[in-house]
Amino acid sequence: MGTYTDNPAALAALVEPHQVHRDIYTSQEVYLQEMKHLFANAWIFVGHESQTPNKGDYFSTQIGNQPVIQVRHSTGDIHVLLNRCPHKGTKIVIDRQGNTGKFFRCPYHAWSFKTDGCLLAIPLKKGYQDTGLEKTQSGNGMKAVGDVRNYRGFIFARLAEEGISFEDYFGESLTSLDNMVDRSPAGRLEVVGPPLRYLHHCNWKMLVENQTDTCHPMVAHESSAGTAVKLYEELGLPEDAPKPAAMEIIAPFMSAYEFFEDMGIRTWPNGHGHTGVSHSIHSDYSEIPGYLEAMTESYGAEKAKAILADNRHNTVYFPNIMIKGPIQQLRVFIPLAADKTIVESYIYRLVDAPDELTARTAMYNRMINAPTSIVGHDDLEMYERAQEGLMVDGLEWVNIQRLIEEDEDFETEAIENGTTERQMRNQFHAWVKFMTIAMDEKEAAE
Amino acid sequence: MTVTRDTLIDFIYDEARMLDEGNYTDWLNLWLPDGHYWMPLDYKQSDPINQTSLMYEDMFMLKLRVERLNGARTFSQKPKSRCHHVLQRPFVDEMEETRFVTTTFMHYVETRLDEQQLLAITARHDLALVDGALRIANKRVDIVNCDAAFRNIQLLP
Repeated sequence: MGTYTDNPAALAALVEPHQVHRDIYTSQEVYLQEMKHLFANAWIFVGHESQTPNKGDYFSTQIGNQPVIQVRHSTGDIHVLLNRCPHKGTKIVIDRQGNTGKFFRCPYHAWSFKTDGCLLAIPLKKGYQDTGLEKTQSGNGMKAVGDVRNYRGFIFARLAEEGISFEDYFGESLTSLDNMVDRSPAGRLEVVGPPLRYLHHCNWKMLVENQTDTCHPMVAHESSAGTAVKLYEELGLPEDAPKPAAMEIIAPFMSAYEFFEDMGIRTWPNGHGHTGVSHSIHSDYSEIPGYLEAMTESYGAEKAKAILADNRHNTVYFPNIMIKGPIQQLRVFIPLAADKTIVESYIYRLVDAPDELTARTAMYNRMINAPTSIVGHDDLEMYERAQEGLMVDGLEWVNIQRLIEEDEDFETEAIENGTTERQMRNQFHAWVKFMTIAMDEKEAAE
Repeated sequence: MTVTRDTLIDFIYDEARMLDEGNYTDWLNLWLPDGHYWMPLDYKQSDPINQTSLMYEDMFMLKLRVERLNGARTFSQKPKSRCHHVLQRPFVDEMEETRFVTTTFMHYVETRLDEQQLLAITARHDLALVDGALRIANKRVDIVNCDAAFRNIQLLP
């Protein structure tokens, strides 16, 4: 028990309309509260259904700091179970993915569980006869998360038994996921390969805020995007000659402030929001032969055009994922500690679309988000300098007031100038809400 | 020039030395213009194009990568990283008249500020004899723990 533990007033006081206190990034106590409250009460991304296509397929991951298993049950439904044997605590699966057949079997004492978590068998069970095992936490199988939803192939879970519904939590923000999936002529995505995994020594929220920070690309990425533009100009290629791939992917990061101002930012309730309302750095990618034709055949000319004209840049699903609809990328910001975050960057294939689209998506992923990426290097440098800089005493607040307005209402959708920090404020508004929601209810009940 | 096993082995050692000494101008000149530096993300990955890799870079990207290292506003290189390769003797796997393939096991150390990381890697070189000189046609670098979460890898393993 310290300053913040189960103390809604102290946690709420970390967020002011125009600034947030540095403890929100640096305090391990606040981090543990995030794991206990925010990541329990919010809907958290788990995985994609194509990672567990067949019955018995599992994928092990985490919700906040809670190890979980996404598994395809014998009925075909996907379940999300806590990855812990109810007996002695052993993690049931260790590998990242596999097939467990009809049941999980703990490697320690061979307790076994159906793929929906129900207890199947215990060796030498008579040893528990008349001991009341069924009345304990250990006697009821592997524990499931509070609620699970498969939304168009994307699996989300809420750890808490009771709480906000999936629909109320995401609302209109699901239009970004819809657009990403609709870009497949079959309306279906499939995961491609393992994700990039990138370790940062900074707080996870710095990465999430960066997703809608439109005032940093032309500054922090001048060394990569600016040098790309310079090298290209030195080549002196004719205008109609094919551009090097790097130019299409990296050079737009050097777009002027006006470009980012004009593209707009939209925010939705519960901390979701996206950059690129009217256009984005993904708008001017070259056309891939055969793709528009396949889309038109599936959706009709008008709808196909509308789907492809919506080139949203980064959509943040609060608290910890970002998707890029136009290139079918999803990044998960996994909080390991107050100052430790792993980013996993997944890509998906548009089923029934030409392979060239997957190639561009894979190229984007490695050029921008790999631990070997010349763009990623400068982002990591900024986050870690901030994490260290925040230790300065006497200057304890981080500013988020760019284009702030009086009495901002985050419970309604809004579209603003593309360089506003409204989405960061929106995230912190939701942060307070979901950090304290269960505490407030508890207080009210007392 | 006659290419012997020793010529190939010396070439691999010389290339590693160029990288460790930051002699990128000479290093870039080793490459054929349509070559690719490939660092797979997945263990035994076979497709560099339609799946994520750590790197799959053409000459434009490699030039950009090298040029960036010396930029005035290359923040992640202030201060600069340094690297160090330790090589086992390269295996010469294929030896035709003008095309050669070698496999080399290496330990690669990269350091900056107080951090140092060690990567165990396998480098496969596709070499070609063009106009009397050995050149790199393609290079594939597999990291043994490719599925681990990495911090920045900023130079060239």
